[in-house]
Parts: sequence; structure tokens; C-alpha cells
Amino acid sequence: MAALADFQLNVKQNWCPGCGDFSVQAAIQRALATLDLSPHQVVIVSGIGCSSRLPGYVNSYGFHTTHGRSLPLAQGVKLANRDLTVLACGGDGDGFAIGIGHTLHAMKRDIDITYIVMDNHVYGLTKGQVSPRSDLGFVTKTSPQGSTERPVSALELALSAGAGFVAQGFAKELNELAGLIEAGIRHRGFSFINVFSPCVTFNKVNTYDWYGQRLKKIADRPGHDRNNRLAAMQSVMETDGLITGLIYERSGQ
Amino acid sequence: MPQQISWKIGGQQGEGIESGGEFLAAGLAGAGFLLYGYRLFSSRIRGGHTNYNLRISASPVASLADHTDLLVALDQETIVVCANELAADGVILADEKISPLLPANAPGRLIAAPLTALAEQAGNAKMKNVVAVGITASLLKLAPAAWEKAMVEQLGAKGEEMVQANLRAFQLGWNYAEDSLQSLAGKYALEPADGVRRYYMTGNDAISQGAVDAGVTLMAAYPITPASEIMEAMVHELPKIDGVMIQTEDEIAACMMAIGANYAGKRAFTATSGPGLSLMAEAIGLAGMTETPLVVINVQRGGPSTGLPTKHEQSDLMAAIFSTHGDAPKIVIAPDSIASLQSDTMTTFNLAEQYQCPVILLSDMQLSLGKQTVAESDLQAVPVNRGKLIAAADLPELAKNQYFKRYQITEDGVSPRVIPGTNNGIHHVTGLEHDETGRPFEGAANRKAQTDKRMRKMKAVIRDFPEPVRIDAPFAQPRLLVITMGGAGGAVAEAVDRLRQGGVEVNRAQIRLLHPFPATILAPLIWAAHAVVVVEHNATAQLAWLIRSSCGQSAELHSVLKYDGNPFRPDEIVAGCREVL
Repeated sequence: MAALADFQLNVKQNWCPGCGDFSVQAAIQRALATLDLSPHQVVIVSGIGCSSRLPGYVNSYGFHTTHGRSLPLAQGVKLANRDLTVLACGGDGDGFAIGIGHTLHAMKRDIDITYIVMDNHVYGLTKGQVSPRSDLGFVTKTSPQGSTERPVSALELALSAGAGFVAQGFAKELNELAGLIEAGIRHRGFSFINVFSPCVTFNKVNTYDWYGQRLKKIADRPGHDRNNRLAAMQSVMETDGLITGLIYERSGQ
Repeated sequence: MPQQISWKIGGQQGEGIESGGEFLAAGLAGAGFLLYGYRLFSSRIRGGHTNYNLRISASPVASLADHTDLLVALDQETIVVCANELAADGVILADEKISPLLPANAPGRLIAAPLTALAEQAGNAKMKNVVAVGITASLLKLAPAAWEKAMVEQLGAKGEEMVQANLRAFQLGWNYAEDSLQSLAGKYALEPADGVRRYYMTGNDAISQGAVDAGVTLMAAYPITPASEIMEAMVHELPKIDGVMIQTEDEIAACMMAIGANYAGKRAFTATSGPGLSLMAEAIGLAGMTETPLVVINVQRGGPSTGLPTKHEQSDLMAAIFSTHGDAPKIVIAPDSIASLQSDTMTTFNLAEQYQCPVILLSDMQLSLGKQTVAESDLQAVPVNRGKLIAAADLPELAKNQYFKRYQITEDGVSPRVIPGTNNGIHHVTGLEHDETGRPFEGAANRKAQTDKRMRKMKAVIRDFPEPVRIDAPFAQPRLLVITMGGAGGAVAEAVDRLRQGGVEVNRAQIRLLHPFPATILAPLIWAAHAVVVVEHNATAQLAWLIRSSCGQSAELHSVLKYDGNPFRPDEIVAGCREVL
């Protein structure tokens, strides 16, 4: 049995105290240990941004690539060696702005990797600009009058792009998140996990409390069937995407 | 008896121009002739003038001819477009159905032949191209047997009836020439060939073969003219060895996927043309910074932007060498023949792993889509060299919180490499500046040491790449040195031969390694020559610029440039050189 410590490193993260990404890292490490993987069998590929520094903090093989391009590189790794467990990760700018084309095509291509987006609705590493997930009216350095664009709906997008595994977690709910990541890695095919990972420095709106007051659990939806794509879409739309859990998994995969 | 004949068939796209040319070539290659084929086409699917030029010879040919000896015209536009290329005694064999007219002042003569009528007699008017091939075979004084075999090979899959109909069309054409073209009897009877059966292959075929021979298991690419044929070949070849060709969403993804597969220890590549190379620039820099092997095949076409997508040019030199930000280690090679594309592609994969950096193989449309007879003996096996790839058994145990020194500072600049999945080899990889273990690190001394390491390893490339400059220099102090690259080499070789026959002392150098530039090899050749001519297919004399900046200012460095979309003919190069003499 692999121990959590096997995946830990004594490297100090360059994240702000309170950043949601700490929990995401812990959840990934816990999932990898639970799955009894060896660190040298795991590759974590990331893009550019605060959250994309994550591979450097986990004891495994890691590749910190270019902005928005973690997915094609991660797919290349998996195609080259199918014995490896391959994770891709990054922020919402990485996955839904510069890299959104790769996100859609990775969902469509369905190669067996797990993609974790640390979604904080803001650009952190560049110190506070509007993101593709920012809500209408969100004020940043580059949207001083408030964002005039509607946010990309991550879950609706994944469901319509044909993703076979769609989940959403919250950095504060570590147990749920670790379970989702574990299930994503087990899923044979492309797994998409969006994680609300609050930025405590540049996003004073979408805070831990803000999410805590609004998030629903998919398991609490009456008659929830994770294999029903139409119902999954309905749950997402009715909650405006503020829902966590395993939203959808294609049956038989 | 003529040494060689230049034959051309022209018409509208969709009229069987390519298949007609291919059919003639198949029979001739089977009969052991040496061929050079080049197709002119437009960026559209049907309609628009297209032609297929086939140079037929008893000795090797690697360029277009100065003139066309026999032009088969399926429409009047072909006559209008191509008549000025005719030799003085050239012949246009035109379909009588189009009521062909010879333009005023056009050289040669026009013969109206019943191409469509004979095709209809054979069963279908579409087979007029095959009738024309039958006529040509008769004029070349060759027996139909060679084409019967070719017909079965090319059309066998479409059924016996199709084969028989086409054979009828061929025979009707052949008979027509025997009976009615007595005035041309003997005119095109070629010297006998050596009878050796050769492959008739494009440069893209050679690249695909080289990639398979090099042990590639993944290709990721996005369709683009004139490189798509490589994807289309690999999609059949790679599954046979448990590999895969992936058509990606764009060229950025293609390049990143190839980097990912190389990082994971498999030989992988992408192939593209100018616009795709521009998109790959950032990824190429990542491969340079992370010292990950990467092979990019770039088949040049007319630029900039969408430019001339179906026409020849050599204007991506600067983009290939410089198009990524920062000081990136990179190798750029430019093979010089269709056959060398096969072995140089194999070498390219070796270089990428030996030097742990991106290697760009610059082909051009003339090399990649031009077609040539290549003997089995021209295709070489280059032994696989995976560089400093370390196996798990050779690794000492890593202590807790320790990383493998993937970026260890070494004397030759190349660090030991392990791939993911290797026990005791865990390390980090990042496009950020990093320390020896791959951890991000901005320290000034480390920055300098790692940069110097990445640059230092490039020094040995000139030793490891076979013939960085292909030298043909019989004269110690020649009147002229002609320098060129890529597909222009065939026409240059022919032009140099002619100048020498005319008594001019000319040396020839073909640059095969563009970056790092082989200045130490080239400079002495330049110093020895009275004058230098650089022949290249671009408007800004990119190769000449590279030579000047690498070999120092040369007193007389002249350029012969062509950038109208068409490959050089030997006579154009002879004329350009004569101006300098």
C-alpha cells in the first residue's frame, strides 16, 4: 500500500496562505496513495499559472509546460506509455481561455487521462485580471467597469463536448474532492474535474463563504442518475453550475 | 537518340492529369528508366489548370528540364499556358475535340489527335488520359507489356472490367500512333535504360519511410499542403507496430503531443508547412528549454501567410532557425535529394535524442512532392542512436526528497535522460529556468550555467550530421562557387555540369546543415573561389544572409533568386551564373 508520504516533497509552495490549491494538491496526493500507485508511475502535466506549479510540489514525474497546452502534451505522454497514470492540471485561464480548444478536443478524443482545473474565476499569477470564468460584473484590473462577458459554463461545456466523466469539487471539501479525483483516475477515458479553488488575494467575491452558501450536492438531487446525461445537464443548469459531485459518467466506461 | 525527354500532360483539375502522368511513369519505371516528375496544381479540388511534367532519361535526373519535348494538351488553356516552354522542335499532341490552336509565335508544331474519340471507343471518354499514355508509349518505342502490369497494379482494386477498359484505351492510343504518327517515328526513341526496377517516390514518401525506419511510434499533425501525405502514410504504417497517427485540433497541439510522447520515451514527430511552423514556435521553445527531443518536418511552400499553398519556395529558413523567443538550442537540416530525405529523416531522430533538442527538417515542395526514381541501394539504414538515455537498472536509489539530476551540468552539455515510469529517476521538467534537478530556479549563476550548457551541446552537431555541406569541388581556385540548398540542388548540379562542359571552372556546395551553420567547412570554399553565386527560392536571399553572417563578408557574393512559385530550370541558373562571370 502506497503511503501519502510517498507523494509528498519538502518543497515550499509559492501559493498565498489560504489558497484553494493547497487542498487540491492534498486531494491529488491522497487519491494517488489510495489507488496504491508508485510515484514513478505517475506523470502530472500542467500549463502556466499559479495552479500549474502543482506538479513541482508532488513527488512524481511532472512537466510544467506552456500556457494552455497541458492537455496535448499529457495526451502525448499517455499515448507513448499507456502504463503511466497521467494527470493534467491548470487554472481556468489555462483551460477555458488560451487552451479551450484543447479542452474540447481532449474531451472529444477521450484518451485516458484526468484533467483537474483549479477554477478561481480570476488571473492570479499576473496579479488580478478578468478570467473566462469571471461572473458578469466582476471588477478586476482589466475589467474596471465590471466584466461585460458571460462566463464560460465549465460543466455545460464538458457535457456538450462529449466528456465521459464530468465532476466538480470544492477546495474546502477535501474528502469529496479526493474521492472525485480517485474516481476520475479509475475512469477509463478522459475525466474532467472542475474544482472551485478560491483565490484569497485577487478574488474577494467568490470566497470560501460565498461558495459555502451556494453550493449544492448532486447526490441530494432527487433520483440522481450519474449515467443520465440529460439529467446531468438539467442539474447543472438549474443550479447555475454551483453543484459538486460526480455529475456525469458515461455508462460502461 | 535523345538522352532524355521532357513530357507533359495538361488539362483541368479532375481530368485525370495526375493519374495519366502516374500511369506513364509506372510503366517507364517498370522498364528501368530514370524519372523526375513534378506536378503543377492549384489550391482547389476541381477545375483550374493543372499539369504533370515527367522527365524521362537513361541517366539520373533531379530537376525540371529547360524545355518540354512532347506536350499532351487536353484543353486549349494548357496550350496557352505551356506553349512557351516547348523546345524548338517540340510537339503538342492535343485532343482534336477541343479544336486546338497554336498561338502565334509559339515554337514547335501542333498535332490534333482523337484522344476523346478513342477513349469513347474504348468505353468512356474519361480515359483520354490513358489514350495519350498509349500514344506516348508507342512514340517512345516501348512495348505495351510494361503498362499492362502497371494497369493491374494501379486499377486492379477497381475490378477486372475497369482494367480491361483502360487497357483497350491504351492499346487504341498505341495503335493510333503506330498507324498515324509516322512523322514522329524514331524522334522519341530513347537510349535503352539499365532495366533496374526502382521505386518512383515523392520526398514525402521518403520522409515517411525514414520515420518508420527510425522506429517512430507516434505522429501528431494537422493537415496542410504540402505535408499531409506524411500523415496519410503514417496512419497506415504506425498501427502495424502498435503506434498511432493522431490528427490534432491544430499545429500547437500536434507539436505539444509530439513533445509529450518524446518525453515519455517514444520517438514521435509532427509534419507541417510554414503556417503550422509559425504556430509551433512556442512549443519548439519549450522542447529547447526542457531539452526534450522533438522532430518537426517543415515542407516549405510559398509564404508569407497563406501565400502560395501549392507552389514551391524556400523562404522558411529564418523562421526555422529563429522563430522561438529566447536563446533556444535547435538544429535545422535541409536534405538535398528525395533519397536523402529517407536517411536524413532517420538521422534527424538520432540528433533529437543525442542533443535533446528540437530538430527541424526543412524540406520544400519541390523535394516533397517532386517524384523521382530511387533505387533500393539509394535508401540507407542509419543505426538508431538514443543518446544518453538511462535505463532504470543503471540508477542508484534516490533518497527521500531527492530528484534525479536530469539537467546535470556536463562537459559536452548533454545531460543523462530518464523517462517517466523509471524507478529512481523522478525529476521535474519546466519551461522555467531550472536547476540540475529541474526545479524552477532563477539564481544568476545557475541561469548562466544552464544556458551555457544548452548552447555548448550544439557544438558537436557539425561532427554528427553526415555531410553538413555536400561538396563537389574539383578545382582548387575556381572561377565560381555555386551554393544552394534543398530541392534547388538538382537544377544546380545540372547547370554546373553544363558550365563545366563550357570550360568554366565551377565548384558546387550544397548546404545540408543550416543551424548550427557549418561555417568552418564552407568558408574555405568561399575564400578559394573568385566569385560566389547563391541559388535559392526566395526574394530576400535568406541563405546568402546566413552565409554572410556566418562566414564573414565575402567580396563577391551574388544571388540567383526565384520566387514565382516554380522550381528553377537548369538554364535559368546557367544564365544567372554567366552574368557573374
